[in-house]
Amino acid sequence: MSSIPMELYLLISAFMFSVGVAGVLIRRNAIVVFMCVELMLNSANLALITFSSYLGDPAGQVFVFFVMTVAAAEAAVGLAIIIAIFRNKQTVNIDEINIFKW
Amino acid sequence: MIDLIYLTILFPLLGFLINGFFGKKIGNEKVIGTIGSAAVGIPFLITVLAFFETLNLPVDQRTNVVELFTWMSVGSLEISFAYLVDQLSLTMSLVVTGVGFLIHVYSIGYMHGDKGYFRFFAYMNLFIFAMMNLVLGDNFLVLFLGWEGVGLCSYLLIGFFYDQKFEKGTVPQAAKKAFIVNRIGDFGFLLGMFLIYQTFDSLNFLEVFSQAKYLTGAEVTFGFIALFLFIGATGKSAQIPLFVWLPDAMAGPTPVSALIHAATMVTAGVYMVARASIIFASAPAIMTVVAVIGLLTAVFAATIGLVQNDIKKVLAYSTVSQLGYMFLAAGVGAFGAAIFHVMTHAFFKALLFLGAGSVIHAMHHQQDITNYGGLKKYMPVTFFTFIIAAFAISGFPGLSGFFSKDEILWFSYANGNFVYWLLGALTAVLTAFYMFRLVSLTFFGEERFSKDKYHPHESPKVMTIPLIILAVLSVIGGWIGIPEVFSGEHGNQFHNWLAPIFHDAELKLAQYGAHSHTEELLLMTISVIAVLGGIFAAFKIYTQKREIAEKVAAKFRGIYTLLWNKYYVDEIYEAAVIQPIQKSSEKILWKIADNKIIDGLVNALARIVDEISGIIKKMQTGVAQFYALVMMGGIAIALFWIILSL
Repeated sequence: MSSIPMELYLLISAFMFSVGVAGVLIRRNAIVVFMCVELMLNSANLALITFSSYLGDPAGQVFVFFVMTVAAAEAAVGLAIIIAIFRNKQTVNIDEINIFKW
Repeated sequence: MIDLIYLTILFPLLGFLINGFFGKKIGNEKVIGTIGSAAVGIPFLITVLAFFETLNLPVDQRTNVVELFTWMSVGSLEISFAYLVDQLSLTMSLVVTGVGFLIHVYSIGYMHGDKGYFRFFAYMNLFIFAMMNLVLGDNFLVLFLGWEGVGLCSYLLIGFFYDQKFEKGTVPQAAKKAFIVNRIGDFGFLLGMFLIYQTFDSLNFLEVFSQAKYLTGAEVTFGFIALFLFIGATGKSAQIPLFVWLPDAMAGPTPVSALIHAATMVTAGVYMVARASIIFASAPAIMTVVAVIGLLTAVFAATIGLVQNDIKKVLAYSTVSQLGYMFLAAGVGAFGAAIFHVMTHAFFKALLFLGAGSVIHAMHHQQDITNYGGLKKYMPVTFFTFIIAAFAISGFPGLSGFFSKDEILWFSYANGNFVYWLLGALTAVLTAFYMFRLVSLTFFGEERFSKDKYHPHESPKVMTIPLIILAVLSVIGGWIGIPEVFSGEHGNQFHNWLAPIFHDAELKLAQYGAHSHTEELLLMTISVIAVLGGIFAAFKIYTQKREIAEKVAAKFRGIYTLLWNKYYVDEIYEAAVIQPIQKSSEKILWKIADNKIIDGLVNALARIVDEISGIIKKMQTGVAQFYALVMMGGIAIALFWIILSL
């Protein structure tokens, strides 16, 4: 494992993060956007673990557990909100969900 | 007893608290009245004892300070709550508690059946409390506390019948008028106090006066202090130009008029001028102002009194006029004479008001003297005491008013000039005339009221006994101040008693020319004959030949209307002061300052926020992804910033 350079992991993490960002900015389906957010979170997790493992500091891995816990809770709440919106507006297209507009 | 002098202030306060808080629960008029009267009667006894104790002390130890506690201590300002017991304050305390007690007793009968019975006695006790602070205070601030306190009680008691009409307006309007006019005077008094503090760095009487005695070359400062203090006195003591409130104060119950607006509160200004005599004596120009204002007020009010028909109105203008006398005396440096007249005036004017109250009581609140007549046989005690008071106020030889008024007239000539005396004597004649016009129309002549409607009757004993006591005092009250022309060198007891208080002021004036006793006797004889003439004329005209009065009125219609309308002073003030203030308040302060400037500023601020948010609200597209894009951009910029700055 030590033969694989750290930069590779970081590149993968950056790539995953960019995919997530692009998905959040471009896709219109709320669920896809939501999944892209998760993707970003996990890319951050990957970066944390990488550093933790290469620098020999377990704090990063502990941190990831917390992120995963929060992400699980967030996923539950987020999906619940999306369902609630769908029941109200019969759509999950976020272009049509603009009630905050002035 | 001198050390216990604070009890004279504590008891009325207690009476006020008991009647004020529990009066409604007590409910029983006799109990309430007894508590109220005792709260003034006990202080009277204490004052009498303190008086005799002081009298037994050597002359140079008669000034005692009773210190209670430090009221405030700010920087160099040290005000202690202390009472000054000396000849002057004891004289005033005796009058306040003595006459006050009699009026309280009288009120037990007079206010019988009133729904605000307990409220009345509570206010009256509060008044005595404030008044005692005023006369006993040992510094200007305690005096001012009492000064404002009596103003408040005056307001409360004038407005006692708060749900009734009074002349063109309502009772509360009359009360407000009294309060506001008094406030104008109080403002002057405050300025005077500030100036005193600035000049002497103290507000304590003894300290200020002992400094004032030696301070020379500060005539302008003294002038301003005296002027401001005198403005305060014109408000409280109803002098030109601030006298307009006193006639309206008659809206209150009659005992209130007797206590506050005749015997005690309105003389507070005279007391204050006498107390600060050294300051006034150091400002000769203001002394002249005081004398002239007093004299003008005396003549002015007496002429108005000639034609009024409301029994209390006549007495009110008479009070204004007599107060003018007192200021005339103070203005010519005869402070002792002023205080002497304060005392005798308290006796006979309280008696006149109480007598008038007795008549009003008997006539079911009818106050127009043209509707009276022939009441002599229905109410003999009231009649007899009233006529004694009328003789006393007119200056009938031997009665109290004669000695005090004559002393003032004499000093106005001896220390002043002949014009002062002449106008003073003219006022005395006018006084005699309107008093006996009042007496004749009320008690003599045919009965001009309908017998079916009115059943005049003598008042109960609780009312007539105070009348009798006051009548006795009105007769003998002047005998303690018999002028030297009759009693020999240093024979004037009252003057001897007060002399130490005014010694310094009189030294500073030191302008008394020598006048012979023959001169004094001559002037006295002239004024007495004139007064007797006035009494006789009024009696003759108003009991037998009323058509003469009507003829005179018809002949001098202009003057009559002028007097009837009180020289249009109220109307002039309305046009010259009230209207401009009201108009400018409406046109400038309300329509411009408030509506345009203040509201405008607030509205402009809101407008600016509105405009700016109108521009930036366009960013709130409602598209969540746009927000996310902006956020991303922000993070990217922040990242580059950090990386570049590494």
